[in-house]
Amino acid sequence: MTSLLKIENLHVNVEETPILKGVNLEVKAGEIHALMGENGSGKSTLAYALAGHPKYTITEGTVELDGANLNELDPSERARLGLFLAFQYPVTIPGVKVADFLRHAISNIRNPDRKEGEGLVPMREFRKELKEQMGSLDMKTEFARRYLNEGFSGGEKKRMEILQLAMLKPKFAILDETDSGLDSDAVRFVSEGLTKLTGPEMGVMIITHHERLLQYNIPQYAHVMMGGRIVETGDVSLAEEIHNEGYTALRERHPEAAAEQEQVEAVTQ
Amino acid sequence: MSTAIVTPPETFNEAAFNAFLEQRDDPEWIIELRKKAFAIYNEKLCEPLDPEEWKRVDLRIFQPDKFALSADKPAGNKLDTQLQGEAEFKGQVTHENGHCTSSQIDASLVEQGVVFGDLSALVHTHREILEPYFMTKAVAPDRDRFAAWHAAFWTGGTVLYVPKNCSVEAPLHSLIALTQAGAADFSHTLVILEDNASATLLEETLSGDENSPGLHLGCVELIVGKDANLRYVQLQNWNQKTYHFAHQAGLVESNGFMQWTVSALGAKLAHVHQDVVLNGRGSIGEVNGVTFATDKQKISYYTQQTHNAEQTRSDLLYKEVLRDKSRVVWRGMIKVDKKAQLTDGYQRSDALMLSDTARADAIPGLEIEADDVRCTHGATAGQVDEEQVFYAMSRGLSRYEAMHMIVEGFFQTVYDRIPVEAVRKTLSDAVVQKLGIGD
Ligand SMILES: Nc1ncnc2c1ncn2[C@@H]1O[C@H](COP(=O)(O)OP(=O)(O)OP(=O)(O)O)[C@@H](O)[C@H]1O
Ligand SMILES: [Mg+2]
Repeated sequence: MTSLLKIENLHVNVEETPILKGVNLEVKAGEIHALMGENGSGKSTLAYALAGHPKYTITEGTVELDGANLNELDPSERARLGLFLAFQYPVTIPGVKVADFLRHAISNIRNPDRKEGEGLVPMREFRKELKEQMGSLDMKTEFARRYLNEGFSGGEKKRMEILQLAMLKPKFAILDETDSGLDSDAVRFVSEGLTKLTGPEMGVMIITHHERLLQYNIPQYAHVMMGGRIVETGDVSLAEEIHNEGYTALRERHPEAAAEQEQVEAVTQ
Repeated sequence: MSTAIVTPPETFNEAAFNAFLEQRDDPEWIIELRKKAFAIYNEKLCEPLDPEEWKRVDLRIFQPDKFALSADKPAGNKLDTQLQGEAEFKGQVTHENGHCTSSQIDASLVEQGVVFGDLSALVHTHREILEPYFMTKAVAPDRDRFAAWHAAFWTGGTVLYVPKNCSVEAPLHSLIALTQAGAADFSHTLVILEDNASATLLEETLSGDENSPGLHLGCVELIVGKDANLRYVQLQNWNQKTYHFAHQAGLVESNGFMQWTVSALGAKLAHVHQDVVLNGRGSIGEVNGVTFATDKQKISYYTQQTHNAEQTRSDLLYKEVLRDKSRVVWRGMIKVDKKAQLTDGYQRSDALMLSDTARADAIPGLEIEADDVRCTHGATAGQVDEEQVFYAMSRGLSRYEAMHMIVEGFFQTVYDRIPVEAVRKTLSDAVVQKLGIGD
């Protein structure tokens, strides 16, 4: 059976403010989707809502992963079902070593019924795997002993997200601007890294403002978000259009959504 | 009770004192010291306690006459020690309900002139070593009511003496236990490192069960000679029915180094007065504190870093995690004498709150008389960052596991300063245990 992530009529509030106003999207294993849209259009909100961030409340609609309703599940349960979010702004956890964190993470993901205190993935096996993955992402092994994202440069944090993706091997990965703030070598490592990781087993949603990541990982679908809705879906040529011409034409094609987008911007500014 | 009391509690009055002397077999010089101290104790009871130190400690719940020193030496219960088994010790002393129940030292250390054992026994055999230091330099009986009370009624305690140029590589272990309801322990830890000596002493306190009320009124004196190097650790892990009061002071001579780690995990009410006194030029005092308070625990520290000589360095880092309705108070002071130029003093306390019903107060302070010094202090208190919890959970960690990692990570910077693996391991195990309670 091909895995399916199904988002239906999703409405999401942040605190009391409605941000997503009916998002519909289906991602199947093996597919790459690009999600584009202007700043503030709701891309990260969708990503957080999928991952289960407590501040993002689903007020209507459903998210299903292979038939399981995610709405009521906490972020850990969603992760254990195979969902992964590479954060636009990865969080620092002082004093927690990357290796310890990842060992706990993969132990839970690979054994979803694992309870706290139960056995972890054997150390030797874990170390070997971590070393290999770090090697293929051109990361120095000393990062494994550093504290999670503490003192990491912007690019190092993004690479750490990809390393986690590589270790956790989710069914569905959402990459929220993983290519932002990277120098061109780093974009290449991250893009190539992602190419190696994707395949028929994984569905990917790439949120991006840039071309490079999509050149390495060509999407079958491109979606444009505006004012909290997906207003257009096309193929890679839609992404190309936006890269070349910006959002002006799209706004003209969707005046209502464009107006709503401006409203949200006015409220939050 | 921070005001004057006038009459001593029944279990520590004159009749109790005389009975206590009667039942012990102290040498004359000790009896003299005790009698002087008992007189001071009675005077001090009529004086209020220093409000700066005591105003944030609620002593009203403490009823000293509920506790008494026990005349019976326990049979030596099996104790659930945390440190034992974590490291290879070259000496071990255990006290239970104020009585020494076992004392061992490796023969190789005896050959080098190291003394390690029970104060009650050593006052008979090693007066010449003990007398110059015992409550004369670090903690004087007339310091306050608690110091005098301890000086009159001390029950025993662990002594470590390391002669000049002698370095003891393996750690030594001291265990202080309370195993009987209403029992009191007035143990006195005395460490004397002669010039250029070095040693590591790991001390832990614990209770025999969860429910027996106990009283510890302790004293720790650490004497670090020139070029000497002491690592001293005290893990306070009483049950939550125990009162813990202690005067603790470490004196460091020229170019000596003292690394002092305290941890407070247990006790119903704990108040520790901790002094680091840098008396010799170039001496260094480093203090690490790990506190994890839960339920209704009240933990209070009054710390002083006193710089009496040039080019001295003190560095205090306290980390506190609080949950439920617990309360932690830290009052810290750096004092720099006129002649202590070019000193470097640092103090910092960070509190992590796991519930909004807990309360942490940090009050750092500086008293600086020299003009060419660098002294800095800081204090932070904050809730667990929910973004961190979410991030960890989005990687499959349960909420509990995420909290655990965040708490461990919070303590990590202080663990990183503790070179003894057994201590790090013990603390981290204790944190796991405490996280479990009430969840
Ligand atoms: N936690 C929050 N608190 C308040 N407003 C929020 C919050 N999160 C999102 N919003 C608002 O929701 C709207 C959508 O934000 P979102 O982060 O989803 O945009 P985005 O499409 O990811 O933009 P960008 O391209 O800049 O990353 C914005 O107006 C934003 O200000
Ligand atoms: Mg965004």
